[in-house]
Amino acid sequence: MDMLTVRIWRGTEQGDFQDFEVPRQESQTVLDVVTYVQRKCDSTLSYRFACRVGVCGSCAMTVNGVSRWTCRTHVSKVAADNKLEIAPLRNLPVIKDLVTDMREFFDKWARARGRFSGSATRKDGFAKVSPESKERKRVEAGIECIGCGVCYSACDVVSWNKDYLGPAALNRAWTLINDVRDTARAERLAAVAGDAGCHACHTHLACTERCPKGLSPTAGIAGLKRAVLAATLSGEI
Amino acid sequence: MNQRAQVLLWGAQRISAMVLALCVVVHLLTMIYAVRSGLSAAEILGRTQGSIAWFAFYTLFVFAVAVHAPIGLRTIISETFNWRGHRLDVLTGIIGLSLAMWGMRAVFGVFGAGAA
Repeated sequence: MDMLTVRIWRGTEQGDFQDFEVPRQESQTVLDVVTYVQRKCDSTLSYRFACRVGVCGSCAMTVNGVSRWTCRTHVSKVAADNKLEIAPLRNLPVIKDLVTDMREFFDKWARARGRFSGSATRKDGFAKVSPESKERKRVEAGIECIGCGVCYSACDVVSWNKDYLGPAALNRAWTLINDVRDTARAERLAAVAGDAGCHACHTHLACTERCPKGLSPTAGIAGLKRAVLAATLSGEI
Repeated sequence: MNQRAQVLLWGAQRISAMVLALCVVVHLLTMIYAVRSGLSAAEILGRTQGSIAWFAFYTLFVFAVAVHAPIGLRTIISETFNWRGHRLDVLTGIIGLSLAMWGMRAVFGVFGAGAA
């Protein structure tokens, strides 16, 4: 039986990689490998997962140096010479082994005003939004984010500027800026402006390259940059 | 620096980049023409001195650099050394003014009456 040589990060911010041997199987995912190690080799290994089918965004890790969702990453696509190195996501504090503290990631969604603000009540009818409208198409392009943190981990600007909101929070803000029902446009544009916001993005496209859902936070951030500048020049913010 | 100023800096850097793209192309074409035509320094100065058009062009070039470069350096310094705040903004201003001053000194040197 073919065996995988798997190096897995153990510890917190301080720690080291530990080697394991894992049987290679057909259609095996990286999450399958981590689960095998936890169940068969070392039950103290900590990692996070839930749905196992690419919906919940819980299982993101750094696999052979690249941020990925592990439940939908097949070993055959990433394990050169049957070797895997699995580490926690970058740019987030490590709680233990492969588990990161996601608080700063989601706190930044809140800072970017990532919550919908509407004016309608339950007595009002449904808002009519044409699927063909420019705004709805922009929302469509970014709305499927699952909050996995892969883009945040892949972003160099986050590692250089800890205040930077990051691709996911800004992508969320962009979808709300284009939601015609939303009533907090000016506040949201102000929240994402400046050195800690969209204008810190260097357009490296790492988030777009790595997003497992195929979204382009970079495109949304570019839209935010223009929208914020226009709002600043017009006095809206 | 407040948020509004940060946004305006971003806008200024983008606009100055567009100006620089044009200026660099014109400058390079001019250099290539001068070199391939075998013009001497004296012949070049003879064409530039007193030329309002070239003076205006290179003044625009210098000010685009003086706007663009300090804003980029501000970001690089901030991200590399984790340095933010008022002192960084002052340094940015000093770099911009220095570039403008040295650039215009060169412009006057080449286009002014006493250049030769």
